[in-house]
Amino acid sequence: MQNLTGITINDYILLSTVLFCIGALGVMLRRNAIIIFMCIELMLNAVNVLLVAFSNHFGDSQAQVFVFFIMAVAAAEVAVGLAILIMIYRNAGTSDTDVLNKLKW
Amino acid sequence: MSITEYIFWFLSFLAVLSGLMVVFSKNAVYSVLYLIITFFAIAGHYLLLSAQFLAAVHIIVYAGAIMVLFLYVIMMLNQNKSAEPNKHPYLMFISVIAAGALLLTLIGGLKSATVAQATSTQSNIGTIETLGKVLFTDFLLPFELSSILFLAAMVGAVYLSKNKLEA
Repeated sequence: MQNLTGITINDYILLSTVLFCIGALGVMLRRNAIIIFMCIELMLNAVNVLLVAFSNHFGDSQAQVFVFFIMAVAAAEVAVGLAILIMIYRNAGTSDTDVLNKLKW
Repeated sequence: MSITEYIFWFLSFLAVLSGLMVVFSKNAVYSVLYLIITFFAIAGHYLLLSAQFLAAVHIIVYAGAIMVLFLYVIMMLNQNKSAEPNKHPYLMFISVIAAGALLLTLIGGLKSATVAQATSTQSNIGTIETLGKVLFTDFLLPFELSSILFLAAMVGAVYLSKNKLEA
């Protein structure tokens, strides 16, 4: 790793894996749709950290451009997703995913 | 241990701890605040990896824009109190087991992974100058397409959150 003595790429892989699994745990555990949305953001950021770490490892700036685009898409996704959540709350009166089971087979 | 190692482990600990607090705190507003702490720790990681531009963009976009949006929605939906009454007692147990199994699988698979050594040793990859050159030469078309994506997202968000849709 450049400018980083004593830290290997495997440390970043471990950190990113732990953050991703925390996000997955939140998606499985919580019932509130807003919290689930926040945990999805956490998983996105875990992947971003790994991309930047590999960009530093290989000295290639294209991965950082990818992270830039991921941030742009995440911002658009949050805007539309929160609008959908507000719409669901207006129609169903709740954002609890246990209640929103009309599509459940 | 060098100073960068101390900073790395401190930032990692902070990110993981506040990430766990996002999942386990009862109040949705506290979850948002802990997520902001996680994002600042990740921005510190970007600085450590000498990606200064991404660190600045990350703080502006995530901590500045996205989390404010989340706070607004929580305020609008009046969720600043804990409201998850019908939670199954085994749900927490099962999801912790499932996430732990996922973590074990990923770590076990990646533990023995060997990463190829770096071929080039270019040092200033994270600066605005380098990223701007790459963005406006190699990635010009995706950059322009993302503006269409933003326009579509803006129209979609306004259309969805309109109160009454008159034909």
